[in-house]
Amino acid sequence: MNRAFNATRGEKTFDVINIIIMLLLLSVTLYPFLNVLAISLNDSSDTVRGGIQIWPRQFSLQNYKVIMNYSGLVQGLKVSALRTVVGTLLGLISASMLAFTLSRPDFQARRFVSVFLALTMYFSGGLIPVYILMRDLHMIGTFYVYVLPGMVGAFNVFVIRSFIDGLPYALQESAKLDGANDFTIYWKVILPLCKPALATIALFLAVGQWNSWFDTYLYNGSTQWTTLQYELMKVLQSTQQGGSSMRGGTNDMADLMNQVSPESIKMAITMVVTVPILVVYPFLQRYFVGGMTLGAVKS
Amino acid sequence: METLSEKQGSLKLGAEKRAARGGFTRFLKVMKSQRYLYFMSIPFVIWVFVFSYLPLWGWTMAFQDFKPGKSFGEQKWVGFKHFHELFTDERFYLVMRNTLAMSIMGLVAGFIVPIVFAVLLNDLKGKFFKRTVQTVSYLPHFVSWVVVAGIISKMLSTDGGAINNLLVWLHIIHEPIQFMAKGNLFWGIVTGSDLWKEMGWNAIIYLAAITGIDPELYEASRVDGANRFKQMWHITLPGIRTTISVLLIMSIGHLIGIGFEKQFLLGNNLVKDYSEVLDLYALNYGLGMARFSFGTAIGIFNSVVSILLLFIANGTLKRVTKESIM
Repeated sequence: MNRAFNATRGEKTFDVINIIIMLLLLSVTLYPFLNVLAISLNDSSDTVRGGIQIWPRQFSLQNYKVIMNYSGLVQGLKVSALRTVVGTLLGLISASMLAFTLSRPDFQARRFVSVFLALTMYFSGGLIPVYILMRDLHMIGTFYVYVLPGMVGAFNVFVIRSFIDGLPYALQESAKLDGANDFTIYWKVILPLCKPALATIALFLAVGQWNSWFDTYLYNGSTQWTTLQYELMKVLQSTQQGGSSMRGGTNDMADLMNQVSPESIKMAITMVVTVPILVVYPFLQRYFVGGMTLGAVKS
Repeated sequence: METLSEKQGSLKLGAEKRAARGGFTRFLKVMKSQRYLYFMSIPFVIWVFVFSYLPLWGWTMAFQDFKPGKSFGEQKWVGFKHFHELFTDERFYLVMRNTLAMSIMGLVAGFIVPIVFAVLLNDLKGKFFKRTVQTVSYLPHFVSWVVVAGIISKMLSTDGGAINNLLVWLHIIHEPIQFMAKGNLFWGIVTGSDLWKEMGWNAIIYLAAITGIDPELYEASRVDGANRFKQMWHITLPGIRTTISVLLIMSIGHLIGIGFEKQFLLGNNLVKDYSEVLDLYALNYGLGMARFSFGTAIGIFNSVVSILLLFIANGTLKRVTKESIM
């Protein structure tokens, strides 16, 4: 604000300490990522000597070449990409449509739908009843189990709704006078104006889809629908102390680890899983900061 | 805000009109004119019913000896047998201890640190530096727990892990510590990892609330001779009190529903007695051993305690701070 205003010695010391704290935080957050990146890009036999910090000592892309020959990983990459795209699109459509109808003050089922949806934020059936339901619906072992159950998210609906509430209602009325029906208003008038809110929700949905592994573990562990996160989890768990035979370490992977060191494999796969998100999120930052705040105030 | 209250006003007016004219035919007429709105919401309502409400029906399993493959009518009802079994199982109390310990540690750390971080970050002078710190602080939130667990075990490993290297280099320890194999360190590791992952993200809301504080308050306090600490204590913190209490209530409500991702991914057989939490217990005993009814009973216990805690927290805070979320 006003730097020159009585900048006493105590205040200056405070500033310096504050900056040091922040620099420490920066390095604690960034170092692990840079370390993983450096190891993944370093020659594996050289890595064994240790001492790699944030810069590769002997640069090599060999680790990445090796993991890309592992069929499970390539398959997982495809499934993860597919579920991210499909899941995000389905989630956006459902959330924006519901949000639009809930923002209409004249909609007579509004209160019912709103309460029906809001209640889901406070309870859940729990692990086993949900599992039994999925089994009864014959969704286990299919791709649908990734995108259908979580398609309608109450939180997302309410974030978009409060955004639509901020738009002038006169827009809808004038569109109506021009003969547009409610669906046309949603599609042609509301959706284009909602881009910031949609971008926020799209990021949340996409990150959620990309990052989830537990549904794969629970429903699809031994099918062709395993995801990238799940493959990474298998690799990480397979060499941890006391966990070698615990959760199905595959022979395929063991072969791979013999070609280059397990550590290099782990770090390279970690980077493949992490990089897509690191590329996207800074660009969407200004949207999600707004979206988070909005959601927090409303819910 | 204005548009919202206007709409609410018109909504009330519409409802009164409807009540005045009354009648089912009137309702159907409106329904017909709003058919697009119905088409756009009813499918999703059915969706929510199937995937969120139907599983609640599964709670009946806890009171049966549920056998998959039999129809609902053929199941044998056993009353509270599974709950009785649960409360007499020694493992349950161990699991409960772990759940409570990790949630309380997570609650205290995960609640205080983001507030301190937000206040300090807000006080930073350089705009570019401030933005950089903020952007970087979100980063771990966006990677999965699988990745975080991998990173944490790498950092804590005895074989060239950064933490061990640092501690040895500083002569705090002589031999690298096997962090991941020591049960008594597990709770701390989980709490620390969670803090590392979510601190920046959780600070967003506080930062937004701080932005809403009137700058004139700071000017005035400065004229009165308040230093920075006093400003933080007397202006910033009271200014975000509402946000703090609402978030505190919500996190208390989720106290024992802490999930199991971290415990599942960071844990191993060596630390099992410290890492198993309620949800993992339900997973291992309920699904793993196909004891569906027993697992469901654990889930119900979890939900009931969570809701009770939410009410208690809400009631207490209502009395203390006049804030409430319900």
